[in-house]
Amino acid sequence: MRQALGVVRRNEWVNGRYKHLTVYAPGLAQVSQAGQFFHLLCGADVTSVLLRRPMSIYQMDPGRDELHFLYHVKGEGTRLLAEKQVGHTLDLVGPLGHGFTLAAPWRHVLVVARGVGMATLAPLIASARQRDVAVDVILSARTAADVLGEREFQAIGARVFTVTDATGSSQPEAVRMRVETLLGQGHTDAVYTCGSARLTRMLGEVANRWGLPGQVALEEHMACGIGMCQGCTRVFRREGSAVHLRVCREGPVFPLAEVMDA
Amino acid sequence: MTSADLSVQIGQLSLRNPVMPASGTFSEDLAEFIPLNELGALVTKSITLDVREGNPGPRLAETAAGLLNAIGIPSKGVAQFIAETLPFYRNFTAPLVPSISGDTAAEFARLAVLLSSEPVVRGLEVNISCPNLEDDGKSFAMDPVQTYRVLRQVRQATRLPVWAKLSPNVQSIAEVALAAQEAGADAVVVANTLLGMAIDVETRRPKLGNVTGGLSGPAVKPIILRMVHQVAKVVRIPVIGVGGIRSAEDVLEYLMAGATAVQVGTYNFVHPQGMVEVIAGLQKYLQRHGYASVRELIGSVIT
Ligand SMILES: Cc1cc2nc3c(=O)[nH]c(=O)nc-3n(C[C@H](O)[C@H](O)[C@H](O)COP(=O)(O)OP(=O)(O)OC[C@H]3O[C@@H](n4cnc5c(N)ncnc54)[C@H](O)[C@@H]3O)c2cc1C
Ligand SMILES: Cc1cc2nc3c(=O)[nH]c(=O)nc-3n(C[C@H](O)[C@H](O)[C@H](O)COP(=O)(O)O)c2cc1C
Ligand code: FES
Repeated sequence: MRQALGVVRRNEWVNGRYKHLTVYAPGLAQVSQAGQFFHLLCGADVTSVLLRRPMSIYQMDPGRDELHFLYHVKGEGTRLLAEKQVGHTLDLVGPLGHGFTLAAPWRHVLVVARGVGMATLAPLIASARQRDVAVDVILSARTAADVLGEREFQAIGARVFTVTDATGSSQPEAVRMRVETLLGQGHTDAVYTCGSARLTRMLGEVANRWGLPGQVALEEHMACGIGMCQGCTRVFRREGSAVHLRVCREGPVFPLAEVMDA
Repeated sequence: MTSADLSVQIGQLSLRNPVMPASGTFSEDLAEFIPLNELGALVTKSITLDVREGNPGPRLAETAAGLLNAIGIPSKGVAQFIAETLPFYRNFTAPLVPSISGDTAAEFARLAVLLSSEPVVRGLEVNISCPNLEDDGKSFAMDPVQTYRVLRQVRQATRLPVWAKLSPNVQSIAEVALAAQEAGADAVVVANTLLGMAIDVETRRPKLGNVTGGLSGPAVKPIILRMVHQVAKVVRIPVIGVGGIRSAEDVLEYLMAGATAVQVGTYNFVHPQGMVEVIAGLQKYLQRHGYASVRELIGSVIT
């Protein structure tokens, strides 16, 4: 991990709420892993927005020396990020944290993404497909227009199911039935999720019952992103006791079985 | 151009330069970003006698040019700190100054005794901004009498240099600083965070799990700078300034106001390499103005 200056190559809207940012940052894509994140300096100086903003790696392209981020324009920090023009520099610290693991014997995985959580899961899906691992993806969003990645994941051979608040199909109970059906087909080796506390709890229960390994990428408010401030600490179940772990350092990806307060 | 002398003296302790991290804003993790030996000293997160959990989340809320934190003092306890953390610092020459925190004066003294037998420990920072269980939960640093009492006990428990970290949430910080000096402190650190609060208007809930928290960052600098100035005028011991530093200019202001050294806190979160850049900026300023030593600037403000 390190602090580096990248150059914005593209920063475009993908729908009314999300932007796709492409940054030229030599050497960083090569050392990045799915599930890790970068800490981005969004403001021009620290009096506009003081802290960096954590963003998952959405794609890494070592050939072009590019890192990609997909972000929800939410508050002041991401609004400033959205203003970055092609050619502007972007100060990044990373890659940070521990990413997903995809064990060699696993041949079939299930991914449940809520909203922009799909950005965090996208590079995992891509690397699973590269290794010819079958991937089922459940994409959950507010409306059909908010669903991101459906075609992108289909194009690399994933089986994609979309659920939305608008149709009621995104309710945890409805998603649980969908998950159970997929697991019932008997091929799934592991499950992954990101983006929703309710779905994380649900998937944790289901994975536990089926005896499947699961992983979740968590979000927590961060100041340093590198383990110094203890601002991002949460309680986890590890080796039979409750332990405080830093989401930025020991995470952001954790075994689902360790999560206590999703 | 010959480089200027950046070294300063805090009591018996010589620092190669006046810039060090502030307690709670630094850990071993920073070694992946900067050579720690380039810092004046290494101050750790406050450590307590026993294991503590810290506060419930959210523990952080960003404010205009500032950061509110209600981390509390999560601590693995001093025994683990000695066994697991201290060995790391043996690899470095920059003097290690653990920060200690306790509920009672006796706890502070006990911590001082335990840490004093560790050769890697070169000084102690006494964080008296925490609630005093012997005084209705008011912090030690809010009262000159309690400040004297705890510093006196630490002084009698150790021969290491002792720094008293004061709270800005007081009527007269100069009086508290004098009490610390009287008790035998080798330096005063001015200051801890300012008590603050923020509310999420969508949910009408406080943004911090603990409701209130400590404000740090650029927003607090003018206030703490004024306090450093007030304290430096009345004490004989060195003052270490801490609050809102993010550039060499900020450090220079603190030195001119009367600080002998400074600590950088929140800025480490924004720029992990920030302290090293600040030290380089300090050197440049001294050369540009033809100063032979940074010590010439201490208390040099023209009023
Ligand atoms: C490891 C990690 C990876 C993330 N990856 C992505 C991603 O790929 N795409 C994406 O759109 N978002 C992602 N987020 C969330 C993103 O960091 C926040 O949406 C962003 O910080 C909001 O900043 P703001 O100033 O626009 O919003 P505001 O709400 O104004 O932010 C105020 C403060 O709260 C913090 N904050 C607000 N929401 C969150 C949140 N969900 N998580 C952590 N801190 C928050 C901000 O950092 C800031 O300090 C990720 C968060 C984490 C922790
Ligand atoms: C996240 C965080 C944790 C802190 N923890 C401690 C602590 O454990 N002990 C202490 O004496 N001060 C602690 N402080 C206060 C800092 O050491 C410093 O006094 C304060 O942040 C002001 O400096 P700054 O504006 O440069 O951050 C903490 C500050 C922050 C932001
Ligand atoms: S954000 Fe500072 S420790 Fe995780």
